[in-house]
Amino acid sequence: MPLAVELVSPERTLFSGDATIVRARTVGGGDIAFLPGHTPFVGALATWTVEFTLEGGGSEVAAIHGGFIEVSNDHVKILSDLAELASTIDIERARRAEEKARAAMIRGEDAEAEGALARATARIAAVGQLS
Amino acid sequence: MAGGQERILRRRIKSVESTKKITRAMELIAATRVVKAQERAASARPYSDEITAVIVDLIRAGAAKEHPLLRDNPEARTAAFVVITSDRGMCGGYNTNVIRAAERSIAAARAKGLDFSLIVVGKKAQKHFRFQGLAVDAAFEGMTDQPIYDNAREIAATVRSRYETGELASVELAYTRFFSAGTQQAVVRRFLPLEVPEIDPDAGPTADLEYEPSPTGILNEILPRYLESRLFSALLDASASEHASRQRAMKAATENAEDLKTSLSRIMNRARQDAITTEIMEIVGGAEALGSSKGDKHDLLPSHLSPDHLFPDHLDRTDHSASIH
Repeated sequence: MPLAVELVSPERTLFSGDATIVRARTVGGGDIAFLPGHTPFVGALATWTVEFTLEGGGSEVAAIHGGFIEVSNDHVKILSDLAELASTIDIERARRAEEKARAAMIRGEDAEAEGALARATARIAAVGQLS
Repeated sequence: MAGGQERILRRRIKSVESTKKITRAMELIAATRVVKAQERAASARPYSDEITAVIVDLIRAGAAKEHPLLRDNPEARTAAFVVITSDRGMCGGYNTNVIRAAERSIAAARAKGLDFSLIVVGKKAQKHFRFQGLAVDAAFEGMTDQPIYDNAREIAATVRSRYETGELASVELAYTRFFSAGTQQAVVRRFLPLEVPEIDPDAGPTADLEYEPSPTGILNEILPRYLESRLFSALLDASASEHASRQRAMKAATENAEDLKTSLSRIMNRARQDAITTEIMEIVGGAEALGSSKGDKHDLLPSHLSPDHLFPDHLDRTDHSASIH
C-alpha cells in the first residue's frame, strides 16, 4: 500500500497523491525517508527539499521553507507556510537571489541574507533533484 | 414653471438610473468575490485542521506547555484588541457591527480596570477609532479585500512580539464570522493566550509516536504558525463576510433605485401632462381673448395651432360655448 501524501500550504493544497518513498530533511539536519508502514512520526522540517517518489515511477520535488511533517497510518502530511513545487520554481530568479544573498552576507548583513540564501539554495536544489 | 419641473425630474431619473447601474455592477462583482473568498477559505482549511491535529498530538505526547504564547501574563494590565473591518464602505452594517462588538468588549475590559490597546485592520476601523480620539497602536490596510498569508504573518508578528514580552494580558480578535452567504455574525474571540484544545487526561500519552526534535521543540516551532493560521482564517472569514454584506447592500440599493425611478417617472409624466394641458389652455385662452377683441379668430390663430387639427378626436376646446373663459 502506497503512502497517501499531502503537501499543504496555508493558502492551498499544493500536492496530493500516492508515493512509495517520501524523503525530507528535519531541523536537526538529517535526511529522513519514509516507506509505507513507517511508525507514526512528527517532525519539524528544515529549509530544504522534500521528494516524493511516485507510485507510477518518476518523482515530485518541492522546496520547503520550514514546516512540519506528520506521518501516521501511511498518511504523510507536510505543512509548510512557504512551499513551492520544483516545476513552478524560476531557476534564474533563484540563482540571482543566491548571488545577491551571498553578496549581502559578505557585506555583513547576516540574519536576513542567511534566510534568503537558504531559501535560494533550497529552490536550486529542488530543481536539480527533479531533473 | 411646469416645464422646469419636468426638466428637473428628468435629470433626477437619469442620475438614479446611472446610480442603479453602478450598484448593480457592484452587486455582481461582490457576488463573484464571495464565491472566490469561500473557495479560498475552503482551500485554507486543510492546513489549519492539520496544524491543530499536530498540536493535539504533541500535547498528548507530553510537550511542555510553557511556551510564552500559552502562558498568561498576570502582571500585564493591557488587553489588546485586533479589529478586522473593510477598507471600503458600501457594505451595509458590516463595519458598524464589528466595531460595536469590539467596543462592547473594550468597555468590559475597562470595567475590569484594564488598559486597552487597539490593532486595527482596514481603513474603516482606523477612521472610526481615530475619530473617537482613541490611540491606534498598529493599523493595517489594503489586505481585507483578498487577504494573503503574508498579511496574517505581518499582523501575527506584531501581536506576538508584544505578547511575548509580557506587555499584553490578553489579545481579543473582533471579526465577522461567515456562516453562509445569508448569515454572518460579528464576534469577539480570545486570541492569546492560545487556548489549546482540551485533552482527555485519561487518554495518556500516545507512546508510539516518534519526534524529531523533541515534542516541546516542535511545539515551540509550530505555535507561531498556528497563531498565523488562526489569524489567516479570521481574515478569510472577514473577507467573505464583507463581500456577502456588500452584495446584499448593493442588491437593496439597486432595488431602491428601481422603485425610485418608477415613482419619479410617474411624477414626471403627471407634470408633463399638466404642462401640456396648461399650454393648450393658454393658447386657447389667448386666441379667445384676441378673437373676441378683434371679432375674427380665424385670421389670428394659425391653423397648425388649432386643437382641431392636433386632437381631431378630442372635444373641440375652441368652442366658445364650452370654454371656461
